Amino acid sequence: MAGQTLFEKIWNQHVVASPEGEPTLLYIDLHLVHEVTSPQAFDGLRLNGRGVRRPDLTLATADHNVPTDPISTPVKDPVSRRQLEALEENCREFNITVFPRGHENQGIVHIIGPELGVTQPGMTIVCGDSHTSTHGAFGALAFGIGTSEVEHVLATQTLPQQKAQTMSVTVRGKAPSGVSAKDIVLAIVGRLGTGGGAGHVLEYRGEAITDLSMEGRMTVCNMSIEAGARAGLVAVDDKTIDYLRGRPGVPEGEAFERLAEHWRSYVSDKDAVYDREIVIEASELVPYVTWGTNPAQVVALDGVVPSPNEFDDPDERNASERSLDYMGLAPGEPIRSIPVDVVFIGSCTNARIEDLRAAAVVARGQRVAPGVRALVVPGSHRVKRQAEEEGLDEIFLAAGFEWREPGCSMCLGMNPDQLGQGQRSASTSNRNFEGRQGRGGRTHLVSPVVAAATAILGHFASPEDVNG
Amino acid sequence: MKPVRVIEGRAVPLERSDVDTDQIIPSDWLKRVERTGFGRGLFSEWRDDPSFVLNDQRYVGANILVAGPRFGTGSSREHAVWALMDYGFAAVVAPSFGDIFRNNSSKQGLVIVQLAQEDVDELTRLVKEDSTRLVIVDVDQMQVEVPQVDWHRSFALDPMIRERLLYGWDDIGLTMRREASITSFEERSTAPTLEGVFDGAGHVIAR
Repeated sequence: MAGQTLFEKIWNQHVVASPEGEPTLLYIDLHLVHEVTSPQAFDGLRLNGRGVRRPDLTLATADHNVPTDPISTPVKDPVSRRQLEALEENCREFNITVFPRGHENQGIVHIIGPELGVTQPGMTIVCGDSHTSTHGAFGALAFGIGTSEVEHVLATQTLPQQKAQTMSVTVRGKAPSGVSAKDIVLAIVGRLGTGGGAGHVLEYRGEAITDLSMEGRMTVCNMSIEAGARAGLVAVDDKTIDYLRGRPGVPEGEAFERLAEHWRSYVSDKDAVYDREIVIEASELVPYVTWGTNPAQVVALDGVVPSPNEFDDPDERNASERSLDYMGLAPGEPIRSIPVDVVFIGSCTNARIEDLRAAAVVARGQRVAPGVRALVVPGSHRVKRQAEEEGLDEIFLAAGFEWREPGCSMCLGMNPDQLGQGQRSASTSNRNFEGRQGRGGRTHLVSPVVAAATAILGHFASPEDVNG
Repeated sequence: MKPVRVIEGRAVPLERSDVDTDQIIPSDWLKRVERTGFGRGLFSEWRDDPSFVLNDQRYVGANILVAGPRFGTGSSREHAVWALMDYGFAAVVAPSFGDIFRNNSSKQGLVIVQLAQEDVDELTRLVKEDSTRLVIVDVDQMQVEVPQVDWHRSFALDPMIRERLLYGWDDIGLTMRREASITSFEERSTAPTLEGVFDGAGHVIAR
């Protein structure tokens, strides 16, 4: 019998029941909750007289619509305020630990799970947010769900699930210097397309992936959904264990080491068989920028805006014409010649301490280009405090960047951080959909170092362009 | 959820691929704590354009949406399903769908009809030719039809989703039939809990 993939191991360990002709009932080890996709679920519980089965496996934080103004400023938008209050009220009523705006542990849900050590290998983790795939970096099966499923997990701690297919995504060899985790995942999404991963759990493998820090692996797993995948995974290794050691959610001393030995089993067996396999040569990777309105529309920073004629598929050609029109770009324009209005460094993709350090190295001693607004939004209060201890805030402020409070912010523009009509951004977030960052806004996805360099030169640029 | 057996009505051709959930319902609408009223936000950034197909008088009142491939990709927001249903759509026909959107639809009773690209193209042509044509989505028979021109195509539905649609079953109720299995799983499980990690105010308990 062939060995098991990492996905199959986790899946098999969480089967509660697999009745004939019905989806498998899967146990959920950790349910992360935020203000946007939960209020209607809590309402549903109340309407049906149901409770939360396992508040001790449920953790909530405010993130999507918190303003990033100083915490002392009240939330001005009454609709947002009401939703943030509802989260707190619901969590109190159902006895769930919650981190409201300004709480020392508050932050983007996919940043705080790992940094608090509550995201652990071998777990099943869900959240009413598609970027839950982030937690897969720890060898955990983590995926996004809708509000009805949030209600289902609250009530039963389980989910009926059809088993996904598996896809091995190997990034072979070493990535060239200057190529970040973000560039790796943009290349993967560009290769697979927005639907290429549908129905699959991706397992990222190869030297370029294992070479990444845990934070880099989180960036890669985060954007699995951008290829349409259910989840992304990276096998456990020393880095996984070293990252978790000493974090609040894990035991100490001997107990931790015993647990860590168990975690080491969360790797695919050598003879495991995947439903699909793709290989990407790391040596061919470069820094990327998206040019269109879906995250698979990727081009090299050194490249030019593509022409719709380059696409054989009529749908893709059609979509690219619409994208170019929306983005206000012409085929053949060099990417470096495109000026930006706003630079956003933040989001569950790229707002961890290493992202901020990398951007700060580029920003140190420089000035943001005239007319450009540049925001740095740390992913959590813990990240923010760490950055301030390291003096990164001063580097950013001295260079003319805004240093803001944590939250999802301009990634999806639910809070006041939004693009105006026709404004163009370089953004370290995960989606360049039409209007995502503000009505009529034009988003280009980039890595933190490209974002920082772009802020300084006012057009898309690499760190070398700044120093050169 | 209300049972749904046969949907009869007219179809509107969207003729767009990669319609992500941000297009279906922009994030501005996600601040609401209610489950109703999202229809006004459906495709709201496109509806300002008078030439957008939902503003075309011929398609007013259509209850079946015909779209291009990869409909409903992106964010997990169930609000996208609520918006489509609140607006009046009961089914979406497309060559492919985002996984989470498809799941969310099944929980609310929005019928997902996946057809081959050429069949979607034909259906699009049929309802563009004559917007008044009756279109039928039969969940029981798993068939979509345009009787006037004797056009019909079969589509696949997960057997469980089909049953749930036909009977309007509540997922949580179905799962709770397995409560004994859940409890027994919990007794065996060694997975960590948050017990002892945070105090009542969410602060990390010092060890």
